[in-house]
Amino acid sequence: MISVNGLHKQFGNLEVLKGIDVKVNKGQVIVVIGPSGSGKTTLLRCLNILEMPTSGSITIDDETGDFSKPVGKRKIDLLRRKSAMVFQHYNLFPHMTALQNVMEGPVIVKKLPKAEARKKAEQLLNKVGLGDKLDFYPHQLSGGQQQRVGIARALALEPKVMLFDEPTSALDPELVGEVLQVMKDLAGEGITMVVVTHEMRFANDVADEVIFMDEGKILERSKPSEMFTHPKEERTKQFLNLIQ
Amino acid sequence: MKMARTMKFQKDGSVKMFWNNLTIEPEKMERYLDIAQSSLLPLLEGALVYTLPLTLITFSLGLMIAVLTALARISTIKPLQWIARFYVSAIRGTPLLVQLFILFYGLGSIGIVIDPFPAAIVGFSLNVGAYASEVIRAAILSIPKGQWEAAHMIGMSYSQSLRRVILPQATRVSIPPLSNTFISLVKDTSLASLILVTEMFRRAQEIAATTYEVLLLYTEVAMLYWIICFILSLIQGRLEHRFDRYVAR
Repeated sequence: MISVNGLHKQFGNLEVLKGIDVKVNKGQVIVVIGPSGSGKTTLLRCLNILEMPTSGSITIDDETGDFSKPVGKRKIDLLRRKSAMVFQHYNLFPHMTALQNVMEGPVIVKKLPKAEARKKAEQLLNKVGLGDKLDFYPHQLSGGQQQRVGIARALALEPKVMLFDEPTSALDPELVGEVLQVMKDLAGEGITMVVVTHEMRFANDVADEVIFMDEGKILERSKPSEMFTHPKEERTKQFLNLIQ
Repeated sequence: MKMARTMKFQKDGSVKMFWNNLTIEPEKMERYLDIAQSSLLPLLEGALVYTLPLTLITFSLGLMIAVLTALARISTIKPLQWIARFYVSAIRGTPLLVQLFILFYGLGSIGIVIDPFPAAIVGFSLNVGAYASEVIRAAILSIPKGQWEAAHMIGMSYSQSLRRVILPQATRVSIPPLSNTFISLVKDTSLASLILVTEMFRRAQEIAATTYEVLLLYTEVAMLYWIICFILSLIQGRLEHRFDRYVAR
């Protein structure tokens, strides 16, 4: 489903991604862990072309972007449509209700008739447990509820891949569970997911594979049971010791 | 200066009031009221036919210019930035009155004759455009980057993101400073009197010239400007309230 080859990303003189090669199969849930500054968020953002890769190529589903040469707007658009992102700080549109937030993409971008988009948005908000909060503005919702709207907004785009960028890092501890539960349910439905997170319990319970990144490279990739009990790399051991 | 007020009762029953050596006689009082009353209609006519339309038209045009200028300023295309910077600098760096004179008398002298009202429209629009563009630029830049990213993530183009996500939020931020610009504009339109637009202030001048009641007329017209601006600030309050509904307090 995803195939990343030789991906580099440079911010000025700072090389954040130093040649990433990743393959993700359909339906897989991949959790990306690593110390801050390791490039895991940048990798995720490159998948949605929120950062323009410096070189390398990204294939999602049947769409390939080769970033060794300039990439046109149309291509970016097509590639971006294959994935949808859930942001650390939700980034909901504050001037729209929960329902409008979820409808916005289908109505404005995909030109779906309003009634149809509304029905779908209601279903999705029901699914994330917010069927009774349709007309609430983001500021009237708790962090956990806002993030669940964020998930519904991403799902409304019917992406091939769901990208989660530290979706629970900004939440109060007691609100983390409700968001993780929604994500677990999604994983159970067979949606392909790439999740950057520090929630090791979630990684252990839900991930098919865990990727450890450090200094812009993928150091290790294995099943969670193996990663958390017998990490191969010294760096991985150090990191896991620090956070446990 | 000592201000002594005394009242003197005259033999014929009338009252004379003294503010030092200023005398207000009853007949004069009556004349004041008379002129104030009869001048009200022409003044209001000047306001309705010229002052208010001039304000509304130039503010709308100015806002459009301002949005385009603000977008040019924050765009990544260098020539667009330069043009926008030059325009804002030229307008803000020269007096509005001089700009109006160039448009009306200056261009007129080389054969490009523009009527007073259209000349005023052009002059004030360009002026508002420059000042408001800075407000709008700041408002757009105040919207968190995450909003652009979320808009792009759901597949919106630059112009869709701008129209659906960024500008609606920037509008809320810019209402107080834009109201400032708007209220200033209402009063600045009095400068149009100097390029022969018969707006409210020019009407006052004309009536003052025939009645010689200068203080009375200019005070009256000042009150009218004040009333208009007061109503406008009430509207500003309501607008702010409306746009605040989606903001946590």
